[in-house]
Amino acid sequence: MRLRGYLIGKTLWYLGAMVVAVGLNFLLPRLVPGNPVDAIVAQLGRSGTQAETLERIHRHYVEQFGLDQPLWSQFLTYLGNLAHFDLGTSFASYPAKVESLILEALPWTIGLQLPAILIGWLVGNALGALAAFKGGLFDRGAFLSSLFLSSMPYYCLAIILLYLFAVALPILPPGGGYEYGTTPELSIPFIVDVLRHYWLPFFSLVLIFVGGQAVGMRSMAIYELNSDYVNYGRSLGLPDNRIVRYIFRNAMLPQLTGLALSIGTLVGGALVTEIVFSYPGIGYLLFSAISQNDYPVIQAITLIIVITVLVSNFLVEVAYGFVDPRIRAAQAGER
Amino acid sequence: MRMVRFTPRFWISLAVFSVVVAFGVFGPMVAGDKLGEGVGGLYDPPSAQAWLGTDDLGHDIFTNLMFGTRTSLVIGFVAGAFATVIGVVVGLLAGYHGGRVEEALMGVTNVALAIPAIVVLILLSVALDFRSIVTMALVIAITSWPWTARAVRAQTSSVRTREHLDVARLSGAGTWNILLWDVLPYLMSYICMAFVLQISSAILAEAGLSLLGLGPSDSVSLGIMLNWALVGESLRTGAWWAFVPPTVLLTLIAFTLLMLQSSLDQVFNPRLRGGRRRPGLASLTPQTGVGLDVRGEEGGER
Repeated sequence: MRLRGYLIGKTLWYLGAMVVAVGLNFLLPRLVPGNPVDAIVAQLGRSGTQAETLERIHRHYVEQFGLDQPLWSQFLTYLGNLAHFDLGTSFASYPAKVESLILEALPWTIGLQLPAILIGWLVGNALGALAAFKGGLFDRGAFLSSLFLSSMPYYCLAIILLYLFAVALPILPPGGGYEYGTTPELSIPFIVDVLRHYWLPFFSLVLIFVGGQAVGMRSMAIYELNSDYVNYGRSLGLPDNRIVRYIFRNAMLPQLTGLALSIGTLVGGALVTEIVFSYPGIGYLLFSAISQNDYPVIQAITLIIVITVLVSNFLVEVAYGFVDPRIRAAQAGER
Repeated sequence: MRMVRFTPRFWISLAVFSVVVAFGVFGPMVAGDKLGEGVGGLYDPPSAQAWLGTDDLGHDIFTNLMFGTRTSLVIGFVAGAFATVIGVVVGLLAGYHGGRVEEALMGVTNVALAIPAIVVLILLSVALDFRSIVTMALVIAITSWPWTARAVRAQTSSVRTREHLDVARLSGAGTWNILLWDVLPYLMSYICMAFVLQISSAILAEAGLSLLGLGPSDSVSLGIMLNWALVGESLRTGAWWAFVPPTVLLTLIAFTLLMLQSSLDQVFNPRLRGGRRRPGLASLTPQTGVGLDVRGEEGGER
């Protein structure tokens, strides 16, 4: 029963957060001084588009956003469109639909980030645990370099790697998702080409993840090493590998949570990496949308970031409710 | 306070950070108003006239760097101060009053924590037509106060039941009086550390926004310099002097402030210092674990 109360509470709570986030997402671009549609149409007018076409484009946007209606009814239109997965029409690349732009970019971002997060997590945890057990010089070296890597802004590392391995030592291509002039297709040469462009952005992300995870895992493992149950086990004469197993299991739980949460930040976590490498993902799309005042695209991207983060946090909390009875008790007020 | 013993790590990181601050404060004074003046061609390499070469508009990069450091530090300090003050006030009120007040304030805090900061930063910056340095700092502070509030609340409610507060209440002290003189002193060490972390995260947030093209209008910051270097294709043409200096400064600031925070942690929490059994390990040990705690991530479920 307590579990059900916990789940209902969490669900309501996250629904509330989602409503606030969607509301902000709806409201903020509308606070832009003047009307974004007028601004964008004026811009088109300067570039010599015909008056008749302008009129049509203008009418299209006003109708789509319901700009001639009161704010609350605009919000309802917005929600209705969202429910149909209709994210509107891009300003900059009219008449492309926003959702098709997003669907084009999303696989690149996921393909870059997901393997980087998973591999960074595995390597980082192994390194952190090893540093904690070995101690001594190895620990100092591994710890300080991990600390340095984890505090370094990820785009700084990306810039340095790009310069070192694509410009100073031109062994890898300096950017893009694939060779300029080719079109994405399923063929061996194209896949090889994509992989060549993949290494640098990938490594710039993996190194940062390894640093963060190693620092976290090391302190968890050392904390567990000094805890009462380990001392008790030792005084009982338990073999070392048994103790190590207990330690690992206890230190793992927070690390797994961390993994789930960083998968949630997958879309919005490393936007700038893609800008540095001109990688054709969400970050690059956002960058060009911002420079062209393409509000529908900006709005759609922030919405996707919010949804992925909230959904993954929600799933983590639900999983914790099942795994850890103490949390259910705390929620029910019986701490 | 006689017991406070500052570690070498504290002094080294403080010294390095002071050098960076001095560079940002005194550099622009010495340089005068040379900012934005053309001194050479496109991406001239470093020379005796332009110590770090020129950027894509022929401006002196060393001058840009001094002004950029100043802008980034101002944003860091202003945003850090605002975020810390908001966080401390909200946390104190929630933790001290408990009940309805606490539920309401923590509800707002948790919603603000749940919505990813980058989204609010992007949307607010897009909605602002002209972004001054102070506006940028405020926008960043709006997204970064909640974790301070959450941790301050946790600490305040642990202080709330102490007896000296009853004495203060019986002698007729008002709420603000009690919070200021009887509760706040217990949190000062924590607030110092949170402030240091807020500064560094604000500086990095500004740099990230600038790289997305949403930086302060009409000013140079470290992030704006990186943005110019990327847009001006300095990476692909090999003009390292355009992007290496801001990259190094940003990394230096982030790392030094982290070191400063963790050494403050060691100073304030004597139990992190001890380590009789394994001095080498224990002295470095739990500071990162507590560092997480500073961000309030572990104080959440209590």
